[in-house]
Amino acid sequence: MSSKDPKAKIEVNNLDFFYGSVKALSEITLKIEEKEITALIGPSGCGKSTFLRCLNRMNDTIPGIRIEGDVLLDGVDIYRADLDPVDIRQRVGMVFQKPNPFPQSVYDNVAFGPRVLGLTRNRVDEAEIVERSLRQAALWDLIKDRLGVDALELSLGEQQRLCIARVLAVSPEVILMDEPTSALDPIATMEIENLMAELKEYYTIVVVTHNMQQAARVSEKTGLFWLGELVELDDTEKIFTRPKEERTEAYVTGRVG
Amino acid sequence: MSKRTRARYDQNYAAIEGDILKMGSLVQDAIRNSIESLKQRDTNMAQEVIDRDLRINELRFKIEEACMTLIATQQPAAGDLRAVVAAMNIVVDMERMADHASGIAKTVIRMGDEPLLKPLIDLPKMADIARDMLSDSLDAFINRDAAAAKAIAPRDVEMDVLYKAIFDELVEIMAHKPGSVERATYLLWCAHNLERIGDRAINIVERVIFMTTGDMRELTF
Repeated sequence: MSSKDPKAKIEVNNLDFFYGSVKALSEITLKIEEKEITALIGPSGCGKSTFLRCLNRMNDTIPGIRIEGDVLLDGVDIYRADLDPVDIRQRVGMVFQKPNPFPQSVYDNVAFGPRVLGLTRNRVDEAEIVERSLRQAALWDLIKDRLGVDALELSLGEQQRLCIARVLAVSPEVILMDEPTSALDPIATMEIENLMAELKEYYTIVVVTHNMQQAARVSEKTGLFWLGELVELDDTEKIFTRPKEERTEAYVTGRVG
Repeated sequence: MSKRTRARYDQNYAAIEGDILKMGSLVQDAIRNSIESLKQRDTNMAQEVIDRDLRINELRFKIEEACMTLIATQQPAAGDLRAVVAAMNIVVDMERMADHASGIAKTVIRMGDEPLLKPLIDLPKMADIARDMLSDSLDAFINRDAAAAKAIAPRDVEMDVLYKAIFDELVEIMAHKPGSVERATYLLWCAHNLERIGDRAINIVERVIFMTTGDMRELTF
């Protein structure tokens, strides 16, 4: 148990996920607590990224998929027919493995979401959102004089932080990160990890990572996925020092052949 | 599931286990020889115990360094991490056990040729129990056997009973023969050192239980 009083931001009950006839996730039940970082680890193909994409309906665009079970965001099922997936993705943003800025200026990258969603009334509003988002992403001081440059001119680490700023610009409640540092060098990785630690004060973060030390460093909770099942989700400190399940012990000690 | 896929890690950890057993064997020798030097009043043997303590200290630092290197380079987790942390603690306890054996040897040297106050009966018994406790706790460590470790705990009660008997007897002698205080104190120090060795063995037992079960607590009995 975490020391602070936990509140489930996301609650998943008996989630099954199918690609056509292939069952990729089986009976996943878990709670993601608010304003904490939850790390999902597991071998390639274990379903952790598929699961992550279930949390903001990102899988909806894939033909032939089927989902059973509930994904509750603040108690409301995000798959309810009357809910718009675009609204869900605004509340539950996503950062991907490789930085994917739009081929536009730094400023326009950040302003894009608020413009599309109609979150700004005027240019002043927009400029404020851009500055706030870049500050939260620890980029403002670095590039405040270069807001007009093409985003692709930034370093990879800066590009990833720009993508995080882009997510922050639409005021999400949850940020999903799918291996956000796997394309980055150790310094840029540490910068993103520091940023995650700052962001969790305001946002709920779920991060999929292959880097177990990263999970151990940044998260409060860690869950192990294995062949489409959730083996164990517990306090990170417990997972890495005294896990309950034999499969978790084998995975975190590197004894999986 | 528990297929051994970390050959290098396993090899390095096995070397640490080997060094711990070697250190344990040296500490057992130190305990035996310290009490033997007392029985035989052999100050040369006592001096050897003190001299060999250096080798035990060196081995402790060597093992600690190997554990740190393993943590830094291999990032052990879960049961592996608990085992390395247990190893780092166990060498500290063994090093202190050897210091207690040296303490007995120093007392033997200090006693010189003075005749023993009383025949040695319970002190050799305590030394035997202390050596058994160390040996059994290291077996439990190597075999990762929490039940075997727990079974060692009652032996410390035997140690405490013997220590109290020696203590009471020596206090009684000192009360009636004030001239015997110095010689009684020598034996009291020896008994105290052996009692502390038993406590250190219990520390090792606690580490083995933590290593195997993840349960960190002080044994009470």
